[in-house]
Amino acid sequence: MAFLHASASKVTSLKEKKSLLPYLLLAPGMIWLFTFFILPIVNLAQTSTQTPVKGGDTGQYEQTLRFSNYVDAFVNNQEQFTRSFFYAFLATVLALAIAYPLAYGIAFKSGRFKNILLVLVVAPFFTSFLLRTIAWKQILGEEGPVIAVLRGLNIISQQTTLTASAFAVVTGLTYNFLPFMTLPLYVSLERIDPRTLEAAGDLYANAFTTFRKVTLPLSMPGVVAGTLLTFIPAAGDYINAAILGNPNTRMIGNVIESRFFKIVDYPTAAALSFTLMAAILILVTIYIRKAGTEELV
Amino acid sequence: MNNYINWFRRNLIRIYMALGFTYLFIPVAYTFGFSFNDAGKSNLVWKGFTLKNWQNPCGAPDVCVALGNSIKVGLISTILATFLGTLIAFAIARHRFRGRSTTNLLIFLPMATPEVVLGASLLAMFLNLGINPGFTTLVIAHVMFCISFVVVTVKARIASLDPHLEQAAMDLYANEFETFRRITLPLVAPGIAGAALLAFSLSFDDFIITNFNSGTFTTFPKFIYAASARGIPAQANVIGSSMFFLALAIVLAGQLVSKRKADVKG
Repeated sequence: MAFLHASASKVTSLKEKKSLLPYLLLAPGMIWLFTFFILPIVNLAQTSTQTPVKGGDTGQYEQTLRFSNYVDAFVNNQEQFTRSFFYAFLATVLALAIAYPLAYGIAFKSGRFKNILLVLVVAPFFTSFLLRTIAWKQILGEEGPVIAVLRGLNIISQQTTLTASAFAVVTGLTYNFLPFMTLPLYVSLERIDPRTLEAAGDLYANAFTTFRKVTLPLSMPGVVAGTLLTFIPAAGDYINAAILGNPNTRMIGNVIESRFFKIVDYPTAAALSFTLMAAILILVTIYIRKAGTEELV
Repeated sequence: MNNYINWFRRNLIRIYMALGFTYLFIPVAYTFGFSFNDAGKSNLVWKGFTLKNWQNPCGAPDVCVALGNSIKVGLISTILATFLGTLIAFAIARHRFRGRSTTNLLIFLPMATPEVVLGASLLAMFLNLGINPGFTTLVIAHVMFCISFVVVTVKARIASLDPHLEQAAMDLYANEFETFRRITLPLVAPGIAGAALLAFSLSFDDFIITNFNSGTFTTFPKFIYAASARGIPAQANVIGSSMFFLALAIVLAGQLVSKRKADVKG
């Protein structure tokens, strides 16, 4: 072992000497990210405090430091903010409940079909995300099979509809981000050495205790990564709400989109975007601290 | 009765998996089924079986133009993002340098930012600079959000390599460049290929960032979104289904190849 350590450190020390190489490797990609990600965010911060030009056309703004844009944006859209985070939370919990057994089954119970099943989890991705969301709209819609069965069995009344509802939006969000939840869960479950589970059994833990005390804690990195990969895009999404929702299920993404394109109100759109980004980053940071997993990606 | 309960308990996870996969595939099956619908312009209600959508997938106006645009943007963005991302992945996985944690943060942030914010902020900057959005701005945007995913995928592959293989090559008097070309790169290649496939599918399927940064340039998802108001032509279902089968075939072929290689080695 000592020998291996020595030679490993020799390799790293070799690379440390040529200190310019890593920067050359990093530079092109980092410049790209800086120019087209960081600078736009800075620019967004500037835009968010702009004021309309007096007597100017729609869409003309001048640079000021009007921080009350944030207060206005938040107060006027508090409902959509709360709804976005609530829907994203529901979708994350549902996706976790669906994906965990799925990932568990693929990792431990599928033998030689493991790789094929894993491919099948990702496969729906390749049929366009919009086509699948629109498919849900029609499956749950008035002419679709689901509503006919539910009405036939008198589970729902003849007037109740499934589409254009919060139910449909959350279904769509859960569905669309399910592979993002399943893959990290699978990766962390697959890493578990089956012998640790056997050891738990040898120490008289029953199946449930083994799961609670061994499997679940060991799969926590996957749970954290999966919930983040589901929650973040779900909170900012507007496609599901646009296709499967109604005016009362609008999410913050819908507001940003319409402020930008329909109302040409850039400062409000910018203030909303910035608030959304900050809220998500704060939530994510708290969550990672609580979950105790620093190594995320 | 007890037998049934036992069977159920033993197979609970399999039953659950079957339900999970059913949920995943319902919309895919629906899209595929309705690609055979003799529906004319609006593919909402089942009107009868036909093969003519498959015989003439470009039959609906503009659908193939949009598809071609998506493929073009996808290929260019994939090549650029895979190249830039792989370089970063090697730097992070193989080198110690100042500013490592800043680099990691800069890689992580785009993935933690909602697409609507990425799209809106980039468009706001282009507009401020007086740049009209179109093909070029779209490629810029796609490369930007694909880089992080490439870095994460390739980095994981590099980290899983056995460092002794490279040491062995050096012991056999290969210089650093030769070791990289003949040992490291071939071993990392599957990770790079996977990252490229991921980047292409992210780019091809993206709607939100695309909608902000493409101006009047149409892509396949934009075409579907615009068409959804008045009914999507069945040809879109044909293309969606074909992409599904094509991707499935590519991934399964890749798995077969890597399995055969593993068999030969074993």
